[in-house]
Amino acid sequence: MTFRVRVLVRLRPSVYDPQGEAIKKAIAADPRLSAASVRQGKMFDLEVKADSPSEAKARAAEIASRVLANPVLEDFNVHVILD
Amino acid sequence: MARFAVLVFPGTNCEGDVLHAIQTVTGQPAELVWHKEGSLDGFDAAVVPGGFAHGDYLRAGGLARFSPVMEPLARMADSGQAVVGICNGFQILQEAGLLPGAMLRNQSLSYVCRDVRIRVEANSSPLTMGLAPGTALRMPVGHAEGNFRADDAVLEALEADEQVIFRYCDDDGEATADANPNGSRNNIAGVRNRRGNVAALMPHPDRAYEDALGGADGCRLFESLHRFTQS
Repeated sequence: MTFRVRVLVRLRPSVYDPQGEAIKKAIAADPRLSAASVRQGKMFDLEVKADSPSEAKARAAEIASRVLANPVLEDFNVHVILD
Repeated sequence: MARFAVLVFPGTNCEGDVLHAIQTVTGQPAELVWHKEGSLDGFDAAVVPGGFAHGDYLRAGGLARFSPVMEPLARMADSGQAVVGICNGFQILQEAGLLPGAMLRNQSLSYVCRDVRIRVEANSSPLTMGLAPGTALRMPVGHAEGNFRADDAVLEALEADEQVIFRYCDDDGEATADANPNGSRNNIAGVRNRRGNVAALMPHPDRAYEDALGGADGCRLFESLHRFTQS
């Protein structure tokens, strides 16, 4: 079976995010808008062949840790999209 | 005699400068090596030049690590031969796990392209062998992701072990915040591995190896690399 899996990669909380800060300032430039904080990340949608959702999730997590995220800077989370 | 390999990935754009710099400064043979090559046999040192390997897709240097040439490059590093990165080459060596840390987007969010000064911190690397610590050199940077980042524990170990080989400094040789073009921690401009045979820096010695280019301080680094291969 093929499962759709979504991987979110984000900077670890301790890592300063200059892009997020710039976006936060851009939001604040519109007086109708405000955000207390902004963190930018990346989203990946994968199609993964596996026998079960949990196996698909494990395969995607391995891909995320080996390729999609740089562990020095980034965390990731993985969830299987069931529709 | 020492033979130098200059690696070329799709999107690398400084290979010609590096090749010419090695040939003119050291007088030694240097060859371009395409990233699909599975062997670096016969080379005494390898340089990963700047550019945008694989378009910098995913992360700067993030996809280059999966190119076939990275296996023999890692073997060269394991065997104690000189492996050097410049700019994007630095990012590639970090992504490949051959050098510590990672590069964040510059604090200014801008691509920074100008001359900087860097101070030699330790001469225990192929880029600084024979250079006196404290020596200040001038050469250009050109990058958007040069904001060196490592955990506090890693950073402390790097400093204690003298693995920081270059720091951005001002005209007086002081590593001030104003002299830091990208926000890198501790003004780090270059590091080496623990063993001392893999090293890289963000500034471009390959853009400062003769006076016609506006400066020749980069020669010192290529001379050092040559010296390392003789040692």
